[in-house]
Amino acid sequence: MAAPMLRWVGRGRLWTFARVDGGSCHRRGAPTGSTSNRIRGQSSVAQQPLYTTQKPRKGEHKWAAVVGLEIHAQISSNSKLFSGSQVRFSAPPNSLVSFFDASLPGTLPVLNRRCVEAAVMTGLALNCHINKKSLFDRKHYFYADLPAGYQITQQRLPIAVNGSLTYGVCAGKKQSQVIPKTVRIKQIQLEQDSGKSLHDDLRSQTLIDLNRAEGQLRVDANISVHHPGEPLGVRTEVKNLNSIRFLAKAIDYEIQRQIDELENGGEILNETRSFHHQLGCTMSMRDKEGKQDYSLFSQEPTLFLSVAACPVGVPSPKCGVWLSIRPWLQCDASDDNELQELPVGFLLPSEARLTHRRDLAVRFMPEPNLPPLVLYDATSLPAGADPQQVINIDQIRETLPELPRVTRERLVQQYGMLLEHSFTLLNEVGLLEFFQNVIKETRAEPKKVTSWVLNTFLGYLKQQNLAVSESPVTPSALAELLDLLDSRTISSAAAKQVFEELWKGEGKTPGQIVSEKQLELMEDRGSLEQLCHSVMEAHPQVVMDLKEGNPRAINKLIGLVRKATQSRADPAMIKEILEKKLSS
Amino acid sequence: MKSNTREATGQHTRECGVSAALKQGQITPTELCQKCLSLIKKTKFLNAYITVSEEVALKQAEESEKRYKNGQSLGDLDGIPVAVKDNFSTSGIETTCASNMLKGYIPPYNATVVQKLLDQGALLMGKTNLDEFAMGSGSTDGVFGPVKNPWSYSKQYREKRKQNPHSKNEDSDWLITGGSSGGSAAAVSAFTCYAALGSDTGGSTRNPAAHCGLVGFKPSYGLVSRHGLIPLVNSMDVPGILTRCVDDAAIVLGALAGPDPKDSTTVHDPINKPFMLPSLADVSKLCIGIPKEYLVPELSSEVRSLWSKAADLFESEGAKVLEVSLPHTSYSIVCYHVLCTSEVASNMARFDGLQYGHRCDIDVSTEAMYAATRREGFNDVVRGRILSGNFFLLKENYENYFVKAQKVRRLIANDFVNAFNSGVDVLLTPTTLSEAVPYLEFIKEDNRTRSAQDDIFTQAVNMAGLPAVSIPVALSNQGLPIGLQFIGRAFCDQQLLTVAKWFEKQVQFPVIQLQELMDDCSAVLENEKLASVSLKQ
Repeated sequence: MAAPMLRWVGRGRLWTFARVDGGSCHRRGAPTGSTSNRIRGQSSVAQQPLYTTQKPRKGEHKWAAVVGLEIHAQISSNSKLFSGSQVRFSAPPNSLVSFFDASLPGTLPVLNRRCVEAAVMTGLALNCHINKKSLFDRKHYFYADLPAGYQITQQRLPIAVNGSLTYGVCAGKKQSQVIPKTVRIKQIQLEQDSGKSLHDDLRSQTLIDLNRAEGQLRVDANISVHHPGEPLGVRTEVKNLNSIRFLAKAIDYEIQRQIDELENGGEILNETRSFHHQLGCTMSMRDKEGKQDYSLFSQEPTLFLSVAACPVGVPSPKCGVWLSIRPWLQCDASDDNELQELPVGFLLPSEARLTHRRDLAVRFMPEPNLPPLVLYDATSLPAGADPQQVINIDQIRETLPELPRVTRERLVQQYGMLLEHSFTLLNEVGLLEFFQNVIKETRAEPKKVTSWVLNTFLGYLKQQNLAVSESPVTPSALAELLDLLDSRTISSAAAKQVFEELWKGEGKTPGQIVSEKQLELMEDRGSLEQLCHSVMEAHPQVVMDLKEGNPRAINKLIGLVRKATQSRADPAMIKEILEKKLSS
Repeated sequence: MKSNTREATGQHTRECGVSAALKQGQITPTELCQKCLSLIKKTKFLNAYITVSEEVALKQAEESEKRYKNGQSLGDLDGIPVAVKDNFSTSGIETTCASNMLKGYIPPYNATVVQKLLDQGALLMGKTNLDEFAMGSGSTDGVFGPVKNPWSYSKQYREKRKQNPHSKNEDSDWLITGGSSGGSAAAVSAFTCYAALGSDTGGSTRNPAAHCGLVGFKPSYGLVSRHGLIPLVNSMDVPGILTRCVDDAAIVLGALAGPDPKDSTTVHDPINKPFMLPSLADVSKLCIGIPKEYLVPELSSEVRSLWSKAADLFESEGAKVLEVSLPHTSYSIVCYHVLCTSEVASNMARFDGLQYGHRCDIDVSTEAMYAATRREGFNDVVRGRILSGNFFLLKENYENYFVKAQKVRRLIANDFVNAFNSGVDVLLTPTTLSEAVPYLEFIKEDNRTRSAQDDIFTQAVNMAGLPAVSIPVALSNQGLPIGLQFIGRAFCDQQLLTVAKWFEKQVQFPVIQLQELMDDCSAVLENEKLASVSLKQ
């Protein structure tokens, strides 16, 4: 779940993020006063600015950007966070909806154990402090795909806080130098996902799918710019970025837009923006103005993450990330019969799309139906507790797999590979395992294996847009091929040929291909001498050139001989024979 | 057969009594069911029921009858007619909360407590009336109209009224039941069922029990599942039990109590089941606390005098009676108001007309549809509480209201803890300020004022999550029931009911005499002696 984020962070950006951050997620530090004051008055909040500047781009020396990310990642679980209904990708609309999911009156949330464990594991992997006691809150706003009128989340006391993630940014002329960076994680919270709205413009209708929204990863980026030494700028939030590429583009665009706006005497509004994929720009999502009854709506475009509420004096300014875990959960068989009686789609009049959910009043309240979530460790575990009813942090820590950073360090140390190669190996799903399987079965040098896996193998995959699991070449086949190369049974060129044959996926082993195609190196010196002799006789002009003092002409002869051997001869041996013949 | 029926419904107003009659074949479940259905029809004008589930009840009775014939009775509740407040979800039976918003809403599942009653073989007679979404203390503010207190038509009350030269126009002078579970109280009081489920958030079960001469029990928070109870205030709601005697309440509690995987706030610890109450012979080891802050100026002299007599009774029988202090009592009602309305605002947010319930015709925009739907769907009381609640939850008010109220709630809960830690076993207080008032009198004040007055002795218990029970003590000068409240330690429900049972036996509260009202059908009720046996023993 964290993997996609790791990859993005690894890319790095040219500008540097300053990040005001802290352990508190309470809004208590926020100034009191009217709503609009609080929002627009953010820049007037007395606050110690924290920033770094690093290699500013030309003409941008006086600006620093601050970026905070709110990452919504789906938990890989069988059932939903608070109900027993299933999680399944691309299931028919509203087919996986329990009574609780549909917010039928009287239903209550029941926390999914697996989701808590996943959140704890993520927290541990990201070096977070795990809160032994965390709380659930209701976040209220009116929106058609939020059937209860509130979302259950962890606002006051989330399950994990104050983490960090170290990653590398490629730098240098060839992007071959990896600079280590650290990003701070403010908090990890368990949060119920909302439903999905589908707008039918033709019929002026909106369809609601309560299977919950789609996409495994969604990022909201909070961006502001300011002059170093001055208070932080007004922040905008770019919503619903669902690819790493768009995220990077949106941030780049938004920083530049804010700088341009300010340099032209304009003003940055605290607002929600969307990213337009085709145009590559961000656009305001603001719509209707006007006051409304706050029991239904009110104009309070409050953001989740209030920078203004953060304490001052936080060390080491870096990019802040807010990870929000949203399970997409699944079903106990006993609940299946609940699903039949629900309507297939809910209809409501259009214009729902005009009001963005974050532009509506957001009110919080503790979730009264869920007691505080208490986690245990080896020392606090109550004696005789039902193992199904307690979650042991230490036990989860033991099941934590090797973290990517550790794996990369191990690869560098064990196989002497470059750090950037270790990144590549880990960034492609299944590639590391493939590499390790090849290593296990071959006598070839690790460097050779690395080169073949990262250049030849990965090259073929990319060219045909295949995943590692879809590769026609198995680790064993590549291992055998590398053994043939290592034992000098075939030449490098012949090996490439064999690989190409293997890629056809006809089920032949490298050995079979080599013998069928007669690709073995010519070990018979007599025949090779005979061949060299014939080539020299057939090309007197080249021989003449050579004798007249053009030493490079020998390469032409070597090439001709190799061609005649169908690349089966060792070029070094050919050269030696030719030189011997020429000098005699 | 008639004599059987008489014996069953009259003398043994306890499930155990009627249960024995069922087991001995003196009466069949179907006969009992038909008897109650006929009483429901005869007392229709009380407006106790919103929905009468006649077919369901008769079918259940038939099945119960088979079990009895085969000697496979499910227990004390098998074949016993019960009613359920219309804010508990009942599978296949309309559940309205007495609101336009949920008219026509048929839940696809049973509340856990409803399911447990059915699993015990109880017969579901119908869904009872209430204040809209249980917001009120009179059962006067529901969309189906007010509930009338059966005592308005009792011989006891009517005779007293004849003596009063000021009383006029009898028909418009009927009394309220109290609320919000007034329908359940009226249903039990008028003998249309043996027990009814109410809900109790600030006193909604105990208040109508006091006004209708019944036992009204609010269990400890977390002892009984709330799953399927359409919430008013999640952190205070508990399913309540209304019966005609303490033993019956204990039997129903035994069927309902216990952890529910569908309600995370139910406690996991195993509880003693069934709740069989011992008969206390000796109260000399008991310590009864009298909270001095509950002696408020608004308390009627009759209630005050009965309260003090009750304390004397315990003392004279050897119990220790202590004055205790619950110093934060005076903040309680205000605190309750803030917390209640905030949760109401939150809980009512789901009623937007999209998935279920009422939806208006306006479709110019989603927002307009929400607004109109909610305007049409909720009455003024509900809308008023939503507005207040949302005001308290606004970011700028949250700290000053909601958070403060939560802190005060903690202090109020601690008051009780301190009282119990000082050695008190059970607290004895009034349930209401006075006996039931006529409807025309009641509606002179608005719902909010009434609720604040009527919840005064009851809501603090909800904030502390404690068990409490209202026991009918005596009739007032007007011939109307007055109840007193016992409050116990958290999860000491059984101890509380044991004390209540002893008290019930001492006070010998009279049975309601409804012969004028029910003429032929309730000959049994004429027999005052039989009707009161369960109390006199």
